[in-house]
Amino acid sequence: MTMILEKSWVKRLLALVLTFLIVQVLVSTNIINTYFQATIATICINIILGVSLNLITGFTGQFSLGHAGFMSIGAYTCAIITLRMSNTFGFLLGVALGAVFAAIVGFLVGLPTLRLRGDYLAIATLGMSEIIRIIFLNMEITNGAAGLSDIPRFVNWTWLYVFTVGTLLLIKNFLNSSHGRACIAIREDEIAAETMGINITKYKVISFMIGAFCAGIAGALYASYFYFLKPDLFGFLKSIDVLVIVVLGGLGSISGSVLAAILLALISTALQAFPELRMVFYALLLIIIMLFRPQGLMGSKELSIKYFKNLGKSLISKKGGA
Amino acid sequence: MYILKVNKLTKTFSGLTAVANINMELKPGELIGLIGPNGAGKTTVFNLLTGVYVPTAGTMFFTKDGKEIPLHGKKPHIICKDGLARTFQNIRLFKDLTVFDNVRIAMHKNVKYSIISSFFHLPSYFREEKQLYEDTMELLKIFRLDDKKDEYAKNLPYGDQRRLEIARALATEPSLLLLDEPAAGMNPAETRDLVELISWIRDRFNLTILLIEHDMHVVMNICERIYVLDHGMVIANGTPDEIKRNKQVIEAYLGEDIENA
Repeated sequence: MTMILEKSWVKRLLALVLTFLIVQVLVSTNIINTYFQATIATICINIILGVSLNLITGFTGQFSLGHAGFMSIGAYTCAIITLRMSNTFGFLLGVALGAVFAAIVGFLVGLPTLRLRGDYLAIATLGMSEIIRIIFLNMEITNGAAGLSDIPRFVNWTWLYVFTVGTLLLIKNFLNSSHGRACIAIREDEIAAETMGINITKYKVISFMIGAFCAGIAGALYASYFYFLKPDLFGFLKSIDVLVIVVLGGLGSISGSVLAAILLALISTALQAFPELRMVFYALLLIIIMLFRPQGLMGSKELSIKYFKNLGKSLISKKGGA
Repeated sequence: MYILKVNKLTKTFSGLTAVANINMELKPGELIGLIGPNGAGKTTVFNLLTGVYVPTAGTMFFTKDGKEIPLHGKKPHIICKDGLARTFQNIRLFKDLTVFDNVRIAMHKNVKYSIISSFFHLPSYFREEKQLYEDTMELLKIFRLDDKKDEYAKNLPYGDQRRLEIARALATEPSLLLLDEPAAGMNPAETRDLVELISWIRDRFNLTILLIEHDMHVVMNICERIYVLDHGMVIANGTPDEIKRNKQVIEAYLGEDIENA
């Protein structure tokens, strides 16, 4: 037994299962009430969005402002399917198709626009996201500006957890592979990456598609949890919200994005009590955090036991030096 | 028999001719210098050879496994796969990555496992990653960088950064290596080591080396043949002794003391 426990993946699996069970028990005993459950759903969805945008912007170095567009594709696909096929199979089909459609759009948009760099790419992706929104605004099947309501809810804590952890693991695995490192090399130096044999267009598009795929999943979860969709939800500001999570957590840090998504949701929930000042506080907090930690909460580091050990060591050596 | 044959290579930037009608022939195993005053177009030649720039006119042919393949019009990553690798004048390492990752990324072209396998870490992933790890360590040991493998590239001393760039270029398994001012910014001791290293890797890895260098001691000592570029044109080509006596070269370098090299 101790032998098995020493394996790191067993520990991780245990931690994952425990987290799931604890929240599950708290939810079913109603200690976490419906209101907080909605916060948890927001957190999970924002984690998926944040981590997937971080893959594009933080790891591959492509500044995208189009995440809301990909999210809306997943959301509408899932909503339209579950409205006609109201069972778990329909929901899963909706999530899968939503993600695949988002990835396809990501491919079509990415191929021409990823030749652009920096600000130009940001503007092109922003335009793409607005085009998607306006298409949904004018389509019959999406019910235009009035939006879709009474979308059946299939998303519960279990699905949220499965999809969030699944996305995190897959993106982490990808980044730990040669393909993921090729993406990171593009961020570091495009010309050097290219001359070292990396097909930069291919890997930019791949990273963009994976990001879009995950955003599609997040959108589908959103549609199925919050009953109601309208095109306005997926405007420019939604993309900015996701970007804030990524920048706040640290470009190039998965655990940073997770932390930032949790932190921002908690702050925003805590500030619900002061509706007039809420946005002022929120903005102030962002300014303060950025002033004192411009590299984001985690920089490009990852949260791990080793990170804490190093942190401890550096604190001790600082004290010793002083 | 040649490994690289460049024919009438020309590059113009909206009217300005950077290099014009360059002809070059490199034989396998040669160590060749490319020299010239500042702005002569040396780095432009490198950028054309590696596909960073697309030539305006002219052809480049590369011999790989006995077959002649064209390089002009190809993308840099394809040219890299054909067997051309280079270093950069202003070091272009992946600064925020470790020494180890810098070299490991350059081995990407040999990776065969799919993206699906990278998501789920299938057996092919572990098998090939283990191989990558071993190959990278082997190369780092050759360059005596293995004890610094976990350091960020940007934190290395200057000389180590230059050597790491060479190691990274070799990780792509080239048959022709282009070195852009490898000795720039090095002190005399580091330069001496570098000269040894360059001749040594040529034999160890069976390379043909084309080298841009301003340090005449380096060029005259190790190069078997030298091309001299001025105003985008090849003005001379020959052994170091021939180049030293060439009138045109001395004129181009007026004020620079190559006689004493």
